[in-house]
Amino acid sequence: MAETAIQLLTPEGTRVEHPDYPLEVSAEQLRTMYRDIAITRRMDVESTALQRTGELSLWCPTLGQEGVQVGAGHAMRPGDYGFTTYRESGIFHVRGVEADELLQLYRGNTHSSWDPQRVGLGLFTIVIGSHALHAVGYAMGIQRDGTDDAVLACFGDGATSTGDVHEAMVFAAAFSSPVVFLVQNNQWAISVPVERQSRVPIAQRALAYGMPGIRIDGNDVLAGLAVTRTLLDRAREGGGPALIEAITYRMGPHTTSDDPTRYRDESDYAHWDELDPLERLRRHLLLIGEADEVFFAAVEAECEELGEKVRGSIRGMPDPDPMLMFDAVYAEPHRDVEADRAQMGAYFTRLQESA
Amino acid sequence: MTGMTMVQALNAGLRRAMENDPKVLLMGEDIGPLGGVFRVTDGLQKDFGELRVVDSPLAESGIVGTAVGLAMRGYRPVLEIQFDGFVFPAFDQIVTMVAKHHYRSEGRTPMPMVIRIPYGGGIGAVEHHSESPEAYFAHTPGLRVLTPADAAEAYVTIQQAIASDDPVIYFEPKRRYWDRAEVDDVSPITGDPWTSRVVRAGTDVTLVAYGPMVRTCLEAAAAANDDGVSCSVVDLRSLSPLDLNPVYVDVRRTGRCVVVHEAPVTLGIGAEVAARVSQECFFALEAPVARVGGAFLPYPPNRFEKHYLPDVDRVLDAIDGVLAL
Repeated sequence: MAETAIQLLTPEGTRVEHPDYPLEVSAEQLRTMYRDIAITRRMDVESTALQRTGELSLWCPTLGQEGVQVGAGHAMRPGDYGFTTYRESGIFHVRGVEADELLQLYRGNTHSSWDPQRVGLGLFTIVIGSHALHAVGYAMGIQRDGTDDAVLACFGDGATSTGDVHEAMVFAAAFSSPVVFLVQNNQWAISVPVERQSRVPIAQRALAYGMPGIRIDGNDVLAGLAVTRTLLDRAREGGGPALIEAITYRMGPHTTSDDPTRYRDESDYAHWDELDPLERLRRHLLLIGEADEVFFAAVEAECEELGEKVRGSIRGMPDPDPMLMFDAVYAEPHRDVEADRAQMGAYFTRLQESA
Repeated sequence: MTGMTMVQALNAGLRRAMENDPKVLLMGEDIGPLGGVFRVTDGLQKDFGELRVVDSPLAESGIVGTAVGLAMRGYRPVLEIQFDGFVFPAFDQIVTMVAKHHYRSEGRTPMPMVIRIPYGGGIGAVEHHSESPEAYFAHTPGLRVLTPADAAEAYVTIQQAIASDDPVIYFEPKRRYWDRAEVDDVSPITGDPWTSRVVRAGTDVTLVAYGPMVRTCLEAAAAANDDGVSCSVVDLRSLSPLDLNPVYVDVRRTGRCVVVHEAPVTLGIGAEVAARVSQECFFALEAPVARVGGAFLPYPPNRFEKHYLPDVDRVLDAIDGVLAL
């Protein structure tokens, strides 16, 4: 059990080797991950701004947690499947979810935002921890199909207190299912600190279920990539489930409705600023001479362009036709839904006639 | 035709569904070597293997939650909740996840799943083993709710539930598990399960029931007939969707309606039936719609249940009541 978090890239941007998690990564991959973190971060800022101007109902910032998310996203193979929380923009981006696709949900136009089959990500659940069981069930399906796909189940430190996460670990261990649980311990479940969720490092709990529990530096994209990939491969080869606890920090509020000044001290941020995942990768790229100011400026310009595009597509987006709310309640026709649809349609007609 | 108990009919129906579709798998507590506490899955693990008949860890939310993932992967899980009162640890997964999944995915991800629940009283069981929680589920958009009244119905409708692309809560009336009936286990499965059916035609009073109370109402109708009162009996069979058209047709003729279920009357299925019948048959009614069912109290200790549960006399009393007006 690693008590200290595994780190492959120091905050100063220096590469560190770890005997259990060897990682060969090309300069091109490093630049791609830098770009992914930068874009995720820019979308975060844009989304918060869109909420503040009334274009979105809500936004859940990912700020600060992009390192492990982008690393884990790159650790997944195309056939792998992910089950995430709502605070997972880094993984969404890496798996190919478009920003304006995602934001339709936060605008209130839809409960879903992407095609799960296209991006290999289940729709996130808002009830905390529920999807950990779905991930295990999906992995049980993989076992029956006999393929070598694996499942990544992401949730936060707060979710580890739920019964469903416990049951998910029990089922995964009992059936030795190909699933990796990735806990992003961002220190806070809205206003409640992690000490209220667990009196031991969360990774230690894995031991009791009979699976490895690995602590990593969650602001280190390379640790996220190497450890997640190693454990996903172990799972796909029949080695069973594993748990990763990624130590990170939610730099923003829980959501745009939250006010962190009520429960935490602003002096906390300085420590985590030093560990910032984007700055760390930037230092590394500069140190090894694989990126220059031209590259960073190009990424910045791309972010700017993307922000403009997202603002353009979300602003003034029309509300959906009200009759659409009756669609897809069931896969097959259901008498009671159809009766209500007809009644509402007739009411709208009366309303128009009397106007 | 084969004479079968309801348990045997369900077992045969599950077996046939598993033979017809390799994606069908069973999961629950004690359903493997033991065959389930009521033996509904008897012998199925031996014949279909441990990957298709899964003895789960003892965790109902886990059973339903993992089944969501299995369904997303293309399987058709058929789950056993051991007793009615044990479904509540899974209530969140059922109501929050299973029921809403097709809707929230805008139809991209169907959730074909059957959750079998032995329900109702009358077997002298301990607490949490005799409840009738069907209204919670029928009140939840996204779920379908079926309940068979006899072995022949059970054999057919369990297969139809499994074939549905929607999640189905399948309530099995455990006090009728050992009732025998002739089951056609040869013909292709036909008919629409999401409809009610008239199981006895009469002219004076319409009795509406489902699950365990269908037999009770048929017995009450036979007793009433001896007194010169002719009762129809309608088996709702599907509680979601509700099909009350046969009830309306019958009530327009009889002018009198009694709804019978084991669950508490207050805010139960009978309340919805009464409201709809009152709306649709208002000018045909000779008396207010009467409801016979459980009192508004937790299921009592089993030495009380012969008084708590609706029986033939309670139904006859209600028939007298609507005829007196």
